[in-house]
Amino acid sequence: MLWNTLLLALRAIRRNLMRSFLTILGIVIGVAAVITMVTLGNGATQSVSDQISSMGSNLLMLRPGQRFGPGAEGAPNFKLADAEAIRNQIGSAQAVAPVVSKTVTAVYQARNWSTVVTGSSNDYFRAGNWELSAGRSFSEAEERSGKAVCVIGETVRDKLFGRQNPVGSEIRIKQFACEVIGLLKPKGQSAMGSDQDDTVVMPLRTVQRRLTGSQDVNRLTVSVREGASIDAVKDQLTLLLRERRKVGGNEEDDFRVMDTRQIAEALTGTTRVLTMLLGAVAAVSLLVGGIGIMNIMLVSVTERTREIGIRLAIGALEREVLLQFLIEAVVLSSLGGLIGIALATGASIALAGAMGVPYLFDPGINLLSFLFSAAIGVIFGFFPARRAAGLNPIDALRHE
Amino acid sequence: MTDAPLIRLSAITKTYGRGQAAFQALKGIDLLIGQGDFVAIMGPSGSGKSTAMNILGCLDTPSSGSYEFQGVHVERLTRNQRALLRRNYLGFVFQGFNLLARTTALENVELPLIYRGEAAAARHAAARAALAQVGLQGWEDHTPGELSGGQQQRVAIARAIVTRPAVLLADEPTGNLDTHTSQEILDLIGALNRERGITVLMVTHEPDMAAHAKRVVRFVDGRVESDRRNGEAA
Repeated sequence: MLWNTLLLALRAIRRNLMRSFLTILGIVIGVAAVITMVTLGNGATQSVSDQISSMGSNLLMLRPGQRFGPGAEGAPNFKLADAEAIRNQIGSAQAVAPVVSKTVTAVYQARNWSTVVTGSSNDYFRAGNWELSAGRSFSEAEERSGKAVCVIGETVRDKLFGRQNPVGSEIRIKQFACEVIGLLKPKGQSAMGSDQDDTVVMPLRTVQRRLTGSQDVNRLTVSVREGASIDAVKDQLTLLLRERRKVGGNEEDDFRVMDTRQIAEALTGTTRVLTMLLGAVAAVSLLVGGIGIMNIMLVSVTERTREIGIRLAIGALEREVLLQFLIEAVVLSSLGGLIGIALATGASIALAGAMGVPYLFDPGINLLSFLFSAAIGVIFGFFPARRAAGLNPIDALRHE
Repeated sequence: MTDAPLIRLSAITKTYGRGQAAFQALKGIDLLIGQGDFVAIMGPSGSGKSTAMNILGCLDTPSSGSYEFQGVHVERLTRNQRALLRRNYLGFVFQGFNLLARTTALENVELPLIYRGEAAAARHAAARAALAQVGLQGWEDHTPGELSGGQQQRVAIARAIVTRPAVLLADEPTGNLDTHTSQEILDLIGALNRERGITVLMVTHEPDMAAHAKRVVRFVDGRVESDRRNGEAA
């Protein structure tokens, strides 16, 4: 009986190719949209968290003020002495990099390029997982005396020197000339979307003296020794800095200590919300596809009711008719779901490539939208048939 | 007809609607039909002849009364049992043909055999033979849209007889056809009755068509008004 009913269902699909095609189309588009959106969103989230983990998981960032991000109004900046105090008093702090930055224009011969100069120490390279592809980092004497030397990123090299080796050349920044002693290995985009290789690093003292003209330090980057508890180090840092910055017992911290996990959560949280939003929009299209199916099914219900009447009159059992319609609905919506998944896989891979995010196959969303499409097809294909098959054959035959 | 009756209707009534709006289409029908008979059921519109036909064909159920088919009380059967009775003993021909659209003649004729679970090869052979019997050899792959009214009705007859039913029920089989084609269809039905012994019940309102039958039952206002054999004095 099952085999024969399958035959009847396939014949019904074949002789209503247009209706079958339209039924499938709604599901295909809906399923493909949902899967593509969610897959791309997952890829974006993944690429953000990849970039953050490239910063190293043992990194702590200290900024004055309570707000995360630039512009800490009110709260005083750090001093170099804060960095030294941390280095001396917190044993688990492996590298402590005081950081000052300023946007400047760098000039080499006829070319110039607007970039950010960072003043720090060799700890900056250690904490930030930076490696050199050419040249060397700062010597102790250069750091102490604030000599005009710099290590440049790949983007700055490209803009000022082209493919030429920059080590040993001099670039001009504001009023002073600065010798390029090293070239950093490229790191690509940061989690915030900025180009990490668009950078010029100089000894802290050089920047303070020649560019900012103050003893202030904008932020501190601390890397924690392997095996040490990040939370413990955070607590020690907070305690130490409250004391040094003379924060009263009931006052809030006037600085903030963040670890990469927190930064990662803040950033991936945003992309995750975006993913959900895109997924929701796509889900609406799946729903609209479902309504389209319902519409087609309702339009064809008159013809199908007469067909059911004919089948009942020539001796089909009610359950045979129902099974046929159920198989038809399942075959159509599964086919639609499968085509949708195939389409989504192609579109996701292509779009992920174009957007520069990794393609991640998400079995959950594939399964979910497949089941949803199957459910829509079965509900809208099967239930009108169930009503018709319950009629007296003669009423079904006379249905207008 | 001396055989035990194939069909026995006793005091069959059929009421549509309820209360004030209730309409009694059949007001107590008694009818005996023997094996191999050819009965024309006549009567004006609203006389209940189609209602009686639908009850005889197990497409509808009577409100009261008893319907015995080969000694089985049909009114006591379940829905599925009635479906099996239709499948195994009855064949239908309708005024509106009721073929599946966009489906070839062969597949239409095969349909009842599929429900009977017959194997593909036997099914094809039987369907081709039935189509040949109604004179549609060579038209197997045409869909109803490509066939004339008379041809469609022939396909419907082929579908009805492909299962070798005991009874062929025809509800105004020539109602949508011109006079010439109607004659051909009636000749075909008459031949099936004579040569294959199929009992035929046919609703018609045309005396010309009724003349082909062996027996004419006339309905008026939900009752049997007259029941006579053709050739007897009126």
